[in-house]
Amino acid sequence: MNVLLLVWSYLKAKPLNTVLNIVLFALGIAVITVLLLFNNQLEEKISSNAKGIDLVVGAKGSPLQLILCNIFHVDFPTGNINLKEAEQISRSRLIKKAVPLALGDSYQSYRIVGTTADYVELYHLELAQGAWWNNELETTIGATVARELRLGIGSAFQSTHGLVEGGSGHEEQKFVVRGILKQTNSVVDNLILTSVETVWHVHEHAAADSSERNHEAHVLHDSSFVASRLVPTHPAGDSTKEVTSLLIQYRSPMAAIQLPRMINAESKLQAASPAFETARLFSILGVGVEILTGFAYVLIFISALSVFIALYNSLKERRYDLAIMRSMGASKIRLFVNIVLEGVVLTALGSIAGLLLGHGILIVLGTAVEEMRKAGLTGIVFYSTEWIILAGSLLLGMICALIPALQAYRTDISRVLASN
Amino acid sequence: MIAISKLSFSYTPDRSITFPDFALDRGEHCLLLGESGSGKTTLLHLLGGLLRGYTGSLQVAGTELNSLSEGALDKFRGQNIGFVFQKNHLISALSVEKNVIMSPYLAGINIDSHHAHEVLKSLGLGDKMKSSVKEISQGQAQRVAIARAVMNHPVVILADEPTSALDDKNCALVIKLLLDVATRNNATLVVATHDQRLKDKIKNQIIL
Repeated sequence: MNVLLLVWSYLKAKPLNTVLNIVLFALGIAVITVLLLFNNQLEEKISSNAKGIDLVVGAKGSPLQLILCNIFHVDFPTGNINLKEAEQISRSRLIKKAVPLALGDSYQSYRIVGTTADYVELYHLELAQGAWWNNELETTIGATVARELRLGIGSAFQSTHGLVEGGSGHEEQKFVVRGILKQTNSVVDNLILTSVETVWHVHEHAAADSSERNHEAHVLHDSSFVASRLVPTHPAGDSTKEVTSLLIQYRSPMAAIQLPRMINAESKLQAASPAFETARLFSILGVGVEILTGFAYVLIFISALSVFIALYNSLKERRYDLAIMRSMGASKIRLFVNIVLEGVVLTALGSIAGLLLGHGILIVLGTAVEEMRKAGLTGIVFYSTEWIILAGSLLLGMICALIPALQAYRTDISRVLASN
Repeated sequence: MIAISKLSFSYTPDRSITFPDFALDRGEHCLLLGESGSGKTTLLHLLGGLLRGYTGSLQVAGTELNSLSEGALDKFRGQNIGFVFQKNHLISALSVEKNVIMSPYLAGINIDSHHAHEVLKSLGLGDKMKSSVKEISQGQAQRVAIARAVMNHPVVILADEPTSALDDKNCALVIKLLLDVATRNNATLVVATHDQRLKDKIKNQIIL
């Protein structure tokens, strides 16, 4: 016999009440846990995806769309920008590094991104196997792409036009996998990286005649070749070529003040700050999260009330039990502790069940839902905040049990025993 | 074992009950007789330390109960006194065995489950140890209450109307069991009752 066994016996004596209280409490805690895990991971992903990128420059349109498209690769491009204009922007002394992105194609809904070696540097990418893309139609693919589509070194595939599955195919243009990236837990895991020229090539082939390509090859071998700042294998000042955007790293904090204003006011281009736009995105999402959080707190409050009522009611029936316990030598403080523990055990069980449920829900979603898998969200992570949830639950249990416990403490044993 | 002199107790300032002086040696039994409201239960609760704040002297096992703090009184009660009530007040959430074991557990005495089994067997409850107290009969419940009262080898056993609700046969059985366990434990048995059937069972009688 010990105190927990005694408490457990009382809880077991009213199984339905106990189960109801635990389930109610667990639901509230589960909602909070899911929100916590989801939000924390999303914020981590977003900040790791946008890390090192101070500004995105692209065609005019929605700045949020520009960020979503070029950093998180979820939205569609705002349009393309002229390579020559992009080169002019990148010449600014405020810019440390400008990385071009050419979007437009995908394979099985995984995006093909035409870029340069600077992109590798920007995201600190490393190869797991194989090599970097070099020639046209060669690709280096993200870890998730390789795993989900079962692609290996040397695998060939055909891209489709557009960024969703089922677009029109680019016939006869076979991409080849040359390398696979190490897992980064960022959006790069879901990308197929290739050269900017490849994207141009695939699109021109679809649209235009072959003479232009011959011209292109001719230019490449010209002795007066001046390399583009952005695409070093291409001549500078080519206004016939386009890219989707530039990812920009500032040289100094001063750039944050001057550069966006300069680009937005003085050119046909648009500049958007990932930090600002993601903050805006979070404030939009925040409303939903707050409503859900509020709902979870209401659930927890109701379950706390239910624990209180259960203890308060059971105490009426237990007046004799308590008096008998006193007659057997139990002190007042002992009865007080017993009742408080009953509340604590209820909320502790509820909160442990809730935490497990919350993780379970995310584990199931993380494996079953493709978007969750792509985003790399999982239920198998633990945050120190969960200890706070657990501690808070125990405290709440104590508070719920306080009034019933005080009543137990104050029981007039003689009167209860005499009133047969 | 029990010594009372000039003892009185008041629930309210204008109504006080005065008790006759008496003394009992260890192993000596007695009946407390009297009408309802004469103070039998009050005296029993005073003897058991369930009520505090009397005037006069009340000594149990050589200890003046008024001199003990509330916590010390709880401990004293747990270790020296066993109670049997009219309603047996078993803890319904627990099994027969656990009910009996509650007694040493709450008194802070080492739990000897072998002893608990012995006591239950001696009261004919050997096969009911694991049963829920909701499943046993009234008579069996009364015997569990007696087992619980003697678990800690008390020096005093206080019984409040233990037989009033029972028929003649069970009445005789219960008083016999009480006397048996009291004698076996060399404890002083005090039975408060208005049950006339007990008058010839215990010769030593105090009338309130």
